[in-house]
Amino acid sequence: MSPEMIKLIAASTGETLYMVAVSALIATLLGLPLGVFLATSAKGELFAAPWINRVLGVIVNATRSTPFIILVVAIIPFTRLIAGTSIGTNAAIVPLTIAATPFIARLIEGAIREVDQGLIEAARAFGATPLQIVLKVLIPEALPGIVLGLTLAIVSLLGFSAMVGAVGGGGLGDLGIRYGYQRFMPEMMLAVVVVLIVLVQAVQSIGDRLARRLNKRIRHA
Amino acid sequence: MAHVSYRPQTKVSKGEFMNAPLGYIGDTPAQRLIPAQSIVRLEKVSKTFPGRDGQPVTALREIDLAVPQGSILGVIGRSGAGKSTLIRLVNGLEKPSSGKVIVDGADIAALPETALRHARRSIGMIFQHFNLLSSRTAAQNIALPLEVAGYDRPEIRTRVEELLALVGLTDKRNRYPSELSGGQKQRVGIARALATKPKVLLSDEATSALDPETTRSILDLLARINEELGLTILLITHEMAVIRNIAREVAVIEGGRIVEQGDVFEVFTRPQHEVTRSFLADESGRALPPYVQNRLRSDAIPGSQAVIRIGFRGPHATDPVLARLARDLNIEANILSGSVDEIAGRPFGTLVVGVPETSVSTTVDFLKKHGLDTEVLGYVA
Repeated sequence: MSPEMIKLIAASTGETLYMVAVSALIATLLGLPLGVFLATSAKGELFAAPWINRVLGVIVNATRSTPFIILVVAIIPFTRLIAGTSIGTNAAIVPLTIAATPFIARLIEGAIREVDQGLIEAARAFGATPLQIVLKVLIPEALPGIVLGLTLAIVSLLGFSAMVGAVGGGGLGDLGIRYGYQRFMPEMMLAVVVVLIVLVQAVQSIGDRLARRLNKRIRHA
Repeated sequence: MAHVSYRPQTKVSKGEFMNAPLGYIGDTPAQRLIPAQSIVRLEKVSKTFPGRDGQPVTALREIDLAVPQGSILGVIGRSGAGKSTLIRLVNGLEKPSSGKVIVDGADIAALPETALRHARRSIGMIFQHFNLLSSRTAAQNIALPLEVAGYDRPEIRTRVEELLALVGLTDKRNRYPSELSGGQKQRVGIARALATKPKVLLSDEATSALDPETTRSILDLLARINEELGLTILLITHEMAVIRNIAREVAVIEGGRIVEQGDVFEVFTRPQHEVTRSFLADESGRALPPYVQNRLRSDAIPGSQAVIRIGFRGPHATDPVLARLARDLNIEANILSGSVDEIAGRPFGTLVVGVPETSVSTTVDFLKKHGLDTEVLGYVA
């Protein structure tokens, strides 16, 4: 493999990591409160607001059921508004974030719902406010699950980020399509796939290890 | 100003209870026996839940209950009797549909959220499944109510150390709940409940998930806390042993109503309600031996033996009454079963004897004259 090719792969990997990191970060900042709210706002819960809960649920589901490639194209005007352009790595972050936010919200909702209701009752019994219950009970107790959820979300984002290559978003996917497919360079295609596999493996094992360390429910020898 | 301090043992003279006719306990609400210093008072409390099929479900009906300051009151009932709902009303986790819940002078049900949260700091609660945070160590779990209440770090550290020492877990301070035994977890639960120096401790089946030996040690701890800190304890349970071992007052709940309440010794030695009797029947020594039970009939036939249950309470528990029966009346009683037990720290004996059917009334009169509880259970041929 030529040095030019390696340089190309390195640059594209950097773009992918940048897109995934920024969109994962923003999507987590948006998805965490959204997920916590979804998990605590049904009837009879801490922040009971059944109607808002239902409306948000529908929006989340709608976003999640739109195929990513359609989403990318459909929100081009919005992307232009936010990023100033619809082409390039920065522009790709917009649809990635929008796709990842409801996904992360659902994963966090699931993790929060796993927390034993008895803990909420205990916290209410000693006089905790709903916000204190979220910050001091629900999130710390759900943290191992949240970490695993975020790991899954980042892995999915790596996959999605390859798709934005199709609309000029840059990154490994873009490289694979332009060189590997359009210029008939199978070795480039292979290299892109290998890099993605390594990235996914790395993210997954870091996430697993972190979640295991945070999980105090199981005795560690 | 005269200040009447409440001591459960001395609140009503023993003589008054001893001479009381049967039915005295069941007919008299606990409030009238007790000076008006109840820290927890439920007045005509009812609770209805919306049912699944739209039919409302009534969990509690017109409950009147008073927990005297410094006492240990146990509410016993089968599952579904409404005892969980009852205890959750006391710290406002549930709101009554009607009636008042007064804790330390404040109507819990009428308090706005902020005031209620504040009031809850003076009402500790422990749970059947401990409800500890798995992500926090023993010390961090105990610190949680203090963090929530806004104590500063040095204060929290000192208080947590005190509490760890109180429950005997100083060496386990950095252990996570998954590394602790059930009994140790409940000790952490107790320490956490006591963190904000509550005036009342609510115990929601706190020993139901523990083995008998651990149950005993947790009950001993609760009794010690009651004694040393003067903390009032309201506990709910379905286990007789819990009531017997630490409660001084008992309320028996069934179908959302309190069917019997009063001093533990009085209620358990002279049960008025069949539910109370059924709890006692679970205890060894109260049940008839099978060979008697199976042959028992309600009518006397000539030559049969009458089966009489005699309850020996307090001062009479050691009277040689059968010897006197033989000597004075020449009636020979045949012992069928018997036990001597301790309820709420006072001796209580039960003896089931058989006497010739012809001398039933003489025997019963004789026993009653000696101040013993006497009940003719039936006859065996």
